[in-house]
Amino acid sequence: MSSDLPFYLIAALTVGFAIAAMSLRRLVHCALCAAAAFAGLAMAYLQLDAEFVGFAQLLVYVGAIAILIVFAVLLTRGDEVRPDHHQTSPTPMAGIAVAALVLAGIAIPIFTSPSLRRVAPPTAIVPVKKIGEVLMTRYVLPLEMVGVVLTGALLGAVVVAMSEDAEVKLTVRRKPAGHAELKGEMSLP
Amino acid sequence: MNTPLSHYLVFSALLFGIGFAGAVVRRSAILVLVGIELMLNAANLNFIAFWHYGPHPEALTGVMFVLFSIAIAAAEAAVGLALVIAIYRQRKSAQVDCMDTLKG
Repeated sequence: MSSDLPFYLIAALTVGFAIAAMSLRRLVHCALCAAAAFAGLAMAYLQLDAEFVGFAQLLVYVGAIAILIVFAVLLTRGDEVRPDHHQTSPTPMAGIAVAALVLAGIAIPIFTSPSLRRVAPPTAIVPVKKIGEVLMTRYVLPLEMVGVVLTGALLGAVVVAMSEDAEVKLTVRRKPAGHAELKGEMSLP
Repeated sequence: MNTPLSHYLVFSALLFGIGFAGAVVRRSAILVLVGIELMLNAANLNFIAFWHYGPHPEALTGVMFVLFSIAIAAAEAAVGLALVIAIYRQRKSAQVDCMDTLKG
């Protein structure tokens, strides 16, 4: 039982931070609690002998996505000072009830299934070299596709979040100055 | 380490439920995205747990799926937050109930 203590500690902390991330009032606090919950999940991966995934989780979620969320929170302030500002939907209890139903629907089969009570077999630690080899042989096509998707997402995010002034400037640079259609295009946004 | 597999699955189910409740209940579009990320992470934890407790951990399928899933989640977060910022610029609000232009 004592060897299970790290797992229960990690699980309790992660669930606590996740609850805080979803229920606190200030969005910045929510973002920081979400980052802590992501870090707790990385700890769980490390405990499951998936070192590479654990560190990838730390790099991507705690390093990149949490910063992205904080930036989005800071760039979209202004809601919080409004007098008619509400944190939740008009019927929060209905949403929580549906979530509890979903949770029960997952948890009851887990508790009743005898095959899930198994204890882990002694696994050999997978070296990172093996992961690299598999990525370059068997999973090379998905790897290339992920590269394409990430490039597309990067360009898409830049285009979507680009301010309309910058868009106008880009259009102006593309067309020669003094063009007849230029005025109509500039006043479009 | 002799934690049974079901404990990891319950941990993951709890995270999924919390993320789901947040995504459904909160009005801030950013927190809806955070809830979706939590649900994705719960699914990833299931993949890793089943890989670790499964009969063939040397096949690395669970680890590979989670690596690709993390990459896709990063792309999704970047595009989603860019959309939130673009909508905020138009509507001066990032609440999901302000996004009702397509409502009939």
